[in-house]
Amino acid sequence: MSQEVDNIQPSYPLFRNDEYKESLANKREAYEERHPQAKIDEVFQWTTTKEYQDINFNREALTVNPAKACQPLGAVLCALGFEKTMPYVHGSQGCVAYFRTYFNRHFKEPVACVSDSMTEDAAVFGGQKNMMAGLENAKALYKPDIIAVSTTCMAEVIGDDLNAFINNTKKAGHIEQDFPTPFAHTPSFVGSHTTGWDNMFEGMVRYFTLNHMDDKKVGSNGKINLVPGFETYLGNYRVMHRMMKEMGVDYSLLSDPSEVLDTPADGTFRMYAGGTTQAELKDSPNAIDTLLLQPWQLEKTKKFVQTIWHQPATAINIPMGLQWTDEFLMKVSELTGKPIPASLELERGRLVDMMTDSHTWLHGKKFSLYGDADFVMGMTKFLLEMGAEPTDVLCNHANKRWLKAMDKMLKDSPYGQKSVVHIGRDLWHFRSLVFTNKPDFMIGNSYGKFIQRDTFYKGEEFEVPLIRIGFPIFDRHHLHRMTTLGYEGAIYMLTTLVNAVLEQLDKETKGMGTTDYNYDLIR
Amino acid sequence: MALRQCAIYGKGGIGKSTTTQNLVSALAELGNKVMIVGCDPKADSTRLILHAKAQTTIMSLAAEAGSVEDLELEDVLKVGYGGIKCVESGGPEPGVGCAGRGVITAINFLEEEGAYDDELDFVFYDVLGDVVCGGFAMPIRENKAQEIYIVCSGEMMAMYAANNIAKGIVKYANSGSVRLAGLICNSRETAREDELISALAAKIGTTMIHFVPRDNVVQRAEIRRMTVIEYEPNAKQADEYRQLATKIRDNKNFIIPTPITMDELEELMMEFGIIDEVDEAIVGKTAAAEAVA
Repeated sequence: MSQEVDNIQPSYPLFRNDEYKESLANKREAYEERHPQAKIDEVFQWTTTKEYQDINFNREALTVNPAKACQPLGAVLCALGFEKTMPYVHGSQGCVAYFRTYFNRHFKEPVACVSDSMTEDAAVFGGQKNMMAGLENAKALYKPDIIAVSTTCMAEVIGDDLNAFINNTKKAGHIEQDFPTPFAHTPSFVGSHTTGWDNMFEGMVRYFTLNHMDDKKVGSNGKINLVPGFETYLGNYRVMHRMMKEMGVDYSLLSDPSEVLDTPADGTFRMYAGGTTQAELKDSPNAIDTLLLQPWQLEKTKKFVQTIWHQPATAINIPMGLQWTDEFLMKVSELTGKPIPASLELERGRLVDMMTDSHTWLHGKKFSLYGDADFVMGMTKFLLEMGAEPTDVLCNHANKRWLKAMDKMLKDSPYGQKSVVHIGRDLWHFRSLVFTNKPDFMIGNSYGKFIQRDTFYKGEEFEVPLIRIGFPIFDRHHLHRMTTLGYEGAIYMLTTLVNAVLEQLDKETKGMGTTDYNYDLIR
Repeated sequence: MALRQCAIYGKGGIGKSTTTQNLVSALAELGNKVMIVGCDPKADSTRLILHAKAQTTIMSLAAEAGSVEDLELEDVLKVGYGGIKCVESGGPEPGVGCAGRGVITAINFLEEEGAYDDELDFVFYDVLGDVVCGGFAMPIRENKAQEIYIVCSGEMMAMYAANNIAKGIVKYANSGSVRLAGLICNSRETAREDELISALAAKIGTTMIHFVPRDNVVQRAEIRRMTVIEYEPNAKQADEYRQLATKIRDNKNFIIPTPITMDELEELMMEFGIIDEVDEAIVGKTAAAEAVA
């Protein structure tokens, strides 16, 4: 069973050797108390039925893969988007290890984030001592300009008060009084990663602007603020920069981690790179308006922008697909008086050309999708624009207002008549829907691959391939560098979708002498 | 004799700590080996035994040492009057941290360090008045206290609390071996108090195990940080505590309580004249509105 040094094999295909097969079969036989294969298959088949789906949808006390993550994860991503900012999580160490590995696996990058490692005594006495030592150490060791504090469940359950603890830390001289320490309470058992992003962002603007509003005047700097929300496509940050520059619009992208999450291998480690500057953040109340690129997840931010900055926070949809990108650019143009330049018109024209080239392949194709509220809505909108039919659309963390807005959008399109939108459901619900409603494709994050495997096990003709657009994507490389917003994003998504359709068609038509009459060179 | 573990619950300020320490002293006097585990951040469950202001607690020592793992049993366990072993779980200052977690940590520590040795006849847990979270139910989790005594008096709120605690016990009793063992009436000299508590006990399915009358000697002893048993062994009150101790020692009446509804409880109190019948017509009416009417 030992490996040969000049032919080292990974688990696959190594475990397919007869030797390993036998060994694993013996282990199964002797120790695993496995049910007979026939019984397993019987239960498996049952889980693919409508009968099981009904039981599944009456599930009350269990969530199986919720299709969302927890608040501090979002808070950490938000903090990473500011210049020389160290995300600091007040609470247990393991949580922070989880945030870091989660981002590591998606971005294939190191992620700087510290914890103040609360242990049992901190759980009883409260975590103030940890905060004092933690802030002092984090500042001395990693020399950030800002420490952005969020919390884990442990600190939240015992009710630790960040404002008091941080002020006490400063009063006791562990860090200077004027050292920036924005903070947000981010209990993981409430909301999701998008709530956490919103909370942390509100904490940032609160810290840097709330008590400095006297000399601020809406519109005085002539800028537009853009707030991305929980955004993991680095191309989306870049496309916003590009579009605003092409329009000649002065703008601030508030939270931009596209540099620190995409550092080069040139021999220099960068704990910090790029990011929104403090100066931009402090100046942001002077902007003409603040546009929330993912409005469904930025409720708290919106309230702050409207009540403290007195900006309208003009309502927009996520700038995804053709129409909503049009609307976004027109809104920016309207707010700033800058016309939409020829370069963007050209880009739009190219997208429309591509859409007409490909729409025959996408028309009537059925897609089921899941993910964050704004992404799912934008993706649904784009599918409708292509004449594709959303089958089941699922978002765990979205609210009823979102559900109504989705239903209305779908009802207004001939392609959305049969679509069903689900909130508060998980990926095990989604699995049932994929079996019973049998879409042509799924769109979502890497976790969908297990549903694809299950559909394939039922039979090749039942297989529903996964198209990876969303977060996290752990099992494909570099997709996080792509773009899903703007015309550029629509071009990427269109390319991805149509080629998935064509790949699948090739797969189905490559039967020599059976289906290959349609195995065409030209599609 | 097998170790018996008892937990004392009851409304805050009802006299749990004083009753427990006097009762435990009487048990020790009868030749029993007893340990008191104070489960209250105030840490006042052992002061009369140790003649101390407040015992240094497990949690405060743990905080000093850095973690609970760095503590040893002899650091936290003190021996006082009658060979009674004393431990205080301790906890945070009011308003920070999590006192319930402190109780859990402390009791786990005692178990791991072997505080519950074979010599012991009784362990008494003196628990914070308001069972505000799961941590304060730690003493009645599986394999810990199996007998619960509720201290109460003939006052309305004390009886509400007793009934609520009984409700809490039901949750644990149905899945485990914890049982209600009786009500201890710590008299506030309200009218027909013993009859009332006996009636309440009967409704809940248990008995009033003893009626402890009010006596100033308790306060006199307390000022000296002593129990009555030690301060004035010949006092009549000392005999009361001895009777309570004997009754608890010989108690076999362990039941799953049948807590009563709010309406039933109010009916009972009306019957004994603790509260008047509610006139629905006046509910929510201000004095001014009543004057007009």
